[in-house]
Amino acid sequence: MPSSKSAILAAIRQSSVEPVELPDTFGIGIVYDDPVARFSEMVERVGGDSLRLPGWEDFVDALEELEVYQSAERILSQLPGVPRANVELDAIEDPREMNYLDLAILPGEFAVAENGAVWVTDRRINHRVVYVIAEHLILVVDASQVVHNLHQAYQRIRFREPGYGLFISGPSKTADIAASLVKGAQGPRRHHVVLVGDGPGT
Amino acid sequence: MNHAANAASFVANEDRAHWHSDSVWIMRDRRDRAAHAIPEWETLRGLAAQIKSHTLSQLADYLEQFEENAMRMGAQVHWARDADEHNRIVHGILERNHVRRVVKSKSMLTEECHLNQFLHKHGIDVVDTDLGERIVQLREEGPSHIVAPAIHLQRPEIAELFHEHLGMPLDATEPEELVLAARHSLREYFLEADAAITGVNFAIADTGGVVVCTNEGNVDMGTGIPRLHIACMGVEKIIPRAEDLGVFLRLLARSSTGQPITVYSSHFHGPIRDGELHMVLVDNGRSNILKKERFRRSLNCIRCGACLNTCPVYRRSGGYSYGYTISGPIGSVLAPARDMKQFYTLPYASSLCGSCTDVCPVKIDLHHQLLAWRQEIASQRVLPWSKRWAMTLASIVLRNKWFYRSAGFVVRTLLQRLPRSLVYSRFNVWGRQRELPEIPSQSFRNWYRKQSRDEKKLQVRHRGSGASASISPNTRHY
Repeated sequence: MPSSKSAILAAIRQSSVEPVELPDTFGIGIVYDDPVARFSEMVERVGGDSLRLPGWEDFVDALEELEVYQSAERILSQLPGVPRANVELDAIEDPREMNYLDLAILPGEFAVAENGAVWVTDRRINHRVVYVIAEHLILVVDASQVVHNLHQAYQRIRFREPGYGLFISGPSKTADIAASLVKGAQGPRRHHVVLVGDGPGT
Repeated sequence: MNHAANAASFVANEDRAHWHSDSVWIMRDRRDRAAHAIPEWETLRGLAAQIKSHTLSQLADYLEQFEENAMRMGAQVHWARDADEHNRIVHGILERNHVRRVVKSKSMLTEECHLNQFLHKHGIDVVDTDLGERIVQLREEGPSHIVAPAIHLQRPEIAELFHEHLGMPLDATEPEELVLAARHSLREYFLEADAAITGVNFAIADTGGVVVCTNEGNVDMGTGIPRLHIACMGVEKIIPRAEDLGVFLRLLARSSTGQPITVYSSHFHGPIRDGELHMVLVDNGRSNILKKERFRRSLNCIRCGACLNTCPVYRRSGGYSYGYTISGPIGSVLAPARDMKQFYTLPYASSLCGSCTDVCPVKIDLHHQLLAWRQEIASQRVLPWSKRWAMTLASIVLRNKWFYRSAGFVVRTLLQRLPRSLVYSRFNVWGRQRELPEIPSQSFRNWYRKQSRDEKKLQVRHRGSGASASISPNTRHY
């Protein structure tokens, strides 16, 4: 008996499907006058909060203004200089230990103006569940790293080696109970994005 | 399986049927607003359809490329001809890893294969972690909608369910408190799970990775803790390049719920650290659909649910009336391909209004396919004798003008005189929910002939009086 693989491939090859050319997707996609402003607007629209800072020197002050930071007890930060950060990601053996994390402050690689999404990966992260396990999440992105649309986003991402990557757009949510939208399904209940510095091309 | 019979029990509760229709329409409405906000929307639909058609034209090559790259990334790839083989493969992997508790994220494929029931029989507990899926799992039902599995349930019903299973008070009917209760309960399962099973939205041939889209984050919670992840996918989920995701992810959530993108779009290339990633590629009838030229495009489907949300029949009859894992117009196209005899009523569960085709992000010609299935079903003599007999009779009458005219005469004269009990007898299926229109006293043909005669008389009279015939343009066009 042939293997399932060869049986499936043979069955597929039996159909003579007329050839269709693979189209080019280069150059399409909406472009905004002010992508950073658009991104902030989209973060709010998908249920998150956005914050824009002129420079890194304002970061800690801004953080201390945030309710999710003030009320948090167990804070994990992958950004340096956060005074009340008290959980060290690299010291965690078992990711289950992070279950009672109140707040995670994590860097994002870049952001997408079109849909309010931030791209994050497990490149320097031991436990990738950190992106969803905390009660609240703050993502910090360099404002020069905002692209207009998702096509540009995929031009930036290279999947050359094994890894995990994630677009996050807003807090975890569900509309599964009678179609009413509720924030905080399985992942973070509140979602902040902090943009630091000047926007792209300025 | 009879769609109309199943739908009858759903529409019996008129309030619920209207409520269901309105809830589903909310998603359609949001989809419209999201689509209109993107100037290049139609370009995207065209690209998506073309990318899918291209992929299907070289599907076997792309599958081999995907397998090679997935293995290079450290994943293990399995092939399953049908649902049973899929279930045995998944069970085998779980057995080898001594898994007892599994968290599963929404996957229509595993529903199609009835994986939960299979694993349960073998002593493995599977907990569905998408909230809607969890609700229908606790009710021991299947999903009634491909993206909103519990859309048919009202809040008091969910409150009752959570009262029974999660110890919530019966009067806890606010969505926020229900969601919070489910969150706490599911968190326990996430922490205790030995393995995660997920579906796949897109599998990228040139990188060997898979992408899964959720709003709740259950895929990332589920796969982020245990060391074993099994991703199950139909062979049609392949896309050629990572850049194609730009097209598909822009279309998927907007078409589905009107969001600009799902909250989480998770990209998996290889396993978690010190873990295993298994991918199960499933045919289960897909290569048969590929062989049918007329229905091939149904494999373009990205499972957004837009055709369900817009369908006047789905909205009023509910997902369970379809009797198949996938409901709505796309389900009505896919189900007969699996078993034409069992699902022959589904292509008739449509008004052929074409709205499904209009909203489909990958341009599946859904209403044309529904019509084509009707032709197929009729020509294969699958219809019940009553319908075949009626069609044959109608065809004889409509083909012969003398039969047609006398049939009209009989109806006009006889029907009015027959007692109501006879006209609306149990054989008149059509008349169950409908009233016949008022029967005209003459046929259109007679009326038209009389009109033409009157007009001629009028023209003659006008000509006689010396007036112009300017009156005629208004009366003459029929």
